[in-house]
Amino acid sequence: MNQTILWMAQRATAAILAVCVAVHLATIVYAVQGGLSAAEILGRTRGNAGWLAFYSVFVLAAAIHAPIGLRAVLGEWLHWRGASREVFLVLFSLLLLMIGMRAVLAVFS
Amino acid sequence: MKVRVWRGGTSGAFQAFDVPRYPSQTVLDVVTHIQRRLDPTLAYRFACRVGMCGSCAMTVNGVARWTCRTHVDKVAHGDSLEVSPLKNLPVIRDLVTDMREFFDKWARAKGQFKGGRTRNDDFEKVMPETEGRRVADAGIECIGCAVCYSSCNVVAANPAYLGPAALNRAWTLVNDAREKDNPERLRAVAGDAGCHACHTHMDCTERCPKHLSPTAAIAGLKRATAKAALKGEL
Amino acid sequence: MSRWVAHVHRVSGIALAIFLPLHFWALGNALQLDSFLAWTEQPLVKAGEWAIVVALAAHLGGGLRVLAIEFLDWHERQKSLVALAAAVTFAVGLALALAL
Repeated sequence: MNQTILWMAQRATAAILAVCVAVHLATIVYAVQGGLSAAEILGRTRGNAGWLAFYSVFVLAAAIHAPIGLRAVLGEWLHWRGASREVFLVLFSLLLLMIGMRAVLAVFS
Repeated sequence: MKVRVWRGGTSGAFQAFDVPRYPSQTVLDVVTHIQRRLDPTLAYRFACRVGMCGSCAMTVNGVARWTCRTHVDKVAHGDSLEVSPLKNLPVIRDLVTDMREFFDKWARAKGQFKGGRTRNDDFEKVMPETEGRRVADAGIECIGCAVCYSSCNVVAANPAYLGPAALNRAWTLVNDAREKDNPERLRAVAGDAGCHACHTHMDCTERCPKHLSPTAAIAGLKRATAKAALKGEL
Repeated sequence: MSRWVAHVHRVSGIALAIFLPLHFWALGNALQLDSFLAWTEQPLVKAGEWAIVVALAAHLGGGLRVLAIEFLDWHERQKSLVALAAAVTFAVGLALALAL
C-alpha cells in the first residue's frame, strides 16, 4: 500500500516537474542572454504573483519527487533500508521545502 | 578453442579446456563435449537441447542465455569462450544453480491459478480477442528458465525482489477473466519487493529467449496496484 | 542500451538532489545576489552550471522514457525512447552552451 502511494506521488510530481522544468529551462536560457545581474533579475521577479505561484508549485513537487527517488538509490546502492531511511528522507523533504520556499519568497515577493 | 568453465560452488575458479571448434556448434555442444570427453566430473543441466525447456540456461561471456540456442560463432571472443552458472542464484556445483528461490518467489507473487468456479458451475467464457486475454497471452509462454531473473540488476541489489518472471506470471493472472482473488494478488506484488522495485532497465525484456516483456507486465502491475489503491481495495 | 539510460537517469538524479539545496540556498540569499553572480562568472562554475543543466535535461529525458514505458505501454519501442531521452539532453545542452 505504502509503496503504491509513493509510486503514484513520484509519477504525478514527475509529470508536474516535466512541465515546470521545461518552462524553467526556457526561461533561464532566455534570461542568461547578455549576462546576469541581481538588479536585472530581481527587477523582473519581485512582486510577481504569477511566478511566485509557479515556483511554489515547483518547489513542492521537487520536495516530494527528490526524496522518493533517493529512497531507491539508498536502498540499492547503500543497502540502507528500514525506519531510519524513511526518517532521513522526510527530513530531507522538509529541508528542500523550507529553503525552497525561502528562495521563492526572497526572489518573488 | 579455449573454453573457461566455472568449477566449484559460489566460490570456486574457472578451469580452462581445449575444445575442438566445429561449424554450427552450440555452447551446449561445447559443455557436453567437455563432460563426455575431457572431465566427467563437470556438472550441468540440460534436457530437450532444442530450445523448448530452458533447462540449459547459463551465463555465456557474461550474458545469460540458453546454451542449446547459442551458436559459438555468435558469441565467441576470437577463439575463447567463458561459461559460468546463472547469476543471482546460489550455485550447487559448477554450472548448476539452485532454482528454489526463483520458484518460491513465483509462489510469493501469487503466480498460481486459483479460479472461482467448481465443477458444478458453467465454464467461464473467455473470448480470445478481449483486451485482458490478449494482454495475458502476451506473457503466458514463460517456461521459467530464469534468464530474466539472472539478468536483472535489481534482483542482484535487492535479495527480496520477486523478479521479472514471477511478476510477469502474476500479471497474466491479473488479466485472467477466470481469476477471482485479484486484490490479494495485487497486494502480493506491490511494494519494495514487488513491482515498485523495477527501474525499467529492461535487461529482462532484452534477454528473454521467448521474447516476452516482463517490463511491460511490471508496468501493468504498477498501474493495476495504483488503481486498486485509489479504489481502497489494496 | 536501456541500462545505460537508467544509470544516467539515476546518477543525474543524485547530482540534482545534491545541487538543489545549494541552488535554493544561494537564491534565498537574494540580497547578496550580485556578489554571488560575480562568483558564478568563473569558468569552472560556468562549466558546472552547464553540467547541471545537462544533468537536468538527461534526467527529464530518462524520466519521460520511464513514464512512456509505464503508462503508454511503449515497451517495444525502447530504442526510440532512448533516442528521445538523448535528444532532449543534447538539445538543451546545446541551447545552454550557446546562451552561456
